[in-house]
Amino acid sequence: MGGIRTAGDLVARMQMAKGMKIKEAKEYVAGKLGISTFELCDEAVMQEIRESLDIGHVQARDGASIGIQAKFNIAKLLGIDIRSVENFKRLTGLK
Amino acid sequence: MSEFYTRYGDGSPTRVSADEMRRDLEVGTNDAADRGKIPALSQSELDHLFDICTRPDKTVSVERGNEVVVTFDAGTLKLPIRAGVPMDRSSAILTHERAFCSDTMELAHVDYSYKQLKAIIHEETAAMEHVQLNTIIPIFYGAMPNLGLYTKPDGPIENWSELLPLAKISEAKAAQEEAMEHAIKDMVYVASRMYEAGADGINFDTVGASGDADVLASLKAVEILKNKYPDIAIEFGMSGEFILGMHGDLFFDGKRLAGLYPHQQVKVAEKAGATIFGAVINTNSSRTFAWNLARTVTFVKACTEAASIPVHVNVGMGVGAIPNSNTPAVDAVSRADKALVEIGKADGL
Repeated sequence: MGGIRTAGDLVARMQMAKGMKIKEAKEYVAGKLGISTFELCDEAVMQEIRESLDIGHVQARDGASIGIQAKFNIAKLLGIDIRSVENFKRLTGLK
Repeated sequence: MSEFYTRYGDGSPTRVSADEMRRDLEVGTNDAADRGKIPALSQSELDHLFDICTRPDKTVSVERGNEVVVTFDAGTLKLPIRAGVPMDRSSAILTHERAFCSDTMELAHVDYSYKQLKAIIHEETAAMEHVQLNTIIPIFYGAMPNLGLYTKPDGPIENWSELLPLAKISEAKAAQEEAMEHAIKDMVYVASRMYEAGADGINFDTVGASGDADVLASLKAVEILKNKYPDIAIEFGMSGEFILGMHGDLFFDGKRLAGLYPHQQVKVAEKAGATIFGAVINTNSSRTFAWNLARTVTFVKACTEAASIPVHVNVGMGVGAIPNSNTPAVDAVSRADKALVEIGKADGL
């Protein structure tokens, strides 16, 4: 689907977290992003969304979330637990 | 009469007529239907396949809106090891995330079997922890069950492949049952440590390479892991389209494992607790691409229809209608991908 260039990582996360088939996973992610499933693979639409939600993008922009920081925002956006995020919280006393 | 440029299953190019192409599509789907006791493709599906195979474009793609996600096996073995690019595994993962724009990626060790990973588990968990700090995409940890590694001289158990030709059937069965116990313990140990280190998912890759005992050990490991960690994501990727009965008398949930095809394999994987099923259909090198593609799509369609979990079809060299070559031609790869998604209804590749 295009990974962090589009919404591929988000759709993959829903397959992994909830065992959703592709149609259901796309609909879930599109609903959370407020766009159509058709737009999930549109680079222009998704660049704007990813930057505004600060969930990571291919461009290394100053001040933008990267790596685990972006995953904190992705976990909140999708309403799922991400193991590495939970580990980070535990190890830093955030939880 | 017009001819179409296509390939054999070993990748070598050939030209066929429209009649030959249609005949191979029909024979291919009927072969899968006959072996798997599943429906053959309909005429409209065969027409769709014919259209995909005969398009003049070198590369084809799914229609907009039909895109699917990809997962990988042997993830970090591809750039630093097979391609010989001097980079470490975390750089390979970031290259996949930021340059190739992969949807997911897999951290893997060059000695790609769960048994071998026990001794270096601390280094592997540390690698996963570091990778997770820098990455955004989901990262699997993967390896093979590889039951054969438990036989002498690599392991403690008699080799059933040596016992079987000597007609020592009960000894060969007992050896496989003993190997399973070791393999289950190793898979659960390594997968537990990697999941606790932050892996987004665990990939059981090439399940069944040593036959039905290899499959049963993997199913039991998945079952244990799912009970231990209800949220764990597990991809259950097969080694072949048909489970070999090296033991022959092994059952899971009342189902004999030997002889199961993908639409039956996915049901036992689901029952064990797998999250994603990796279907494999073998490529026949001496048949045409059209024959292999129709056969593969027939098996995959039956599998996705039977499945309640997402199915990611293996489309590497020699499986999923991909020619058996280290450099599979992109015309064949893109056609296989399109057909598997649009007709086979694959949830991923």
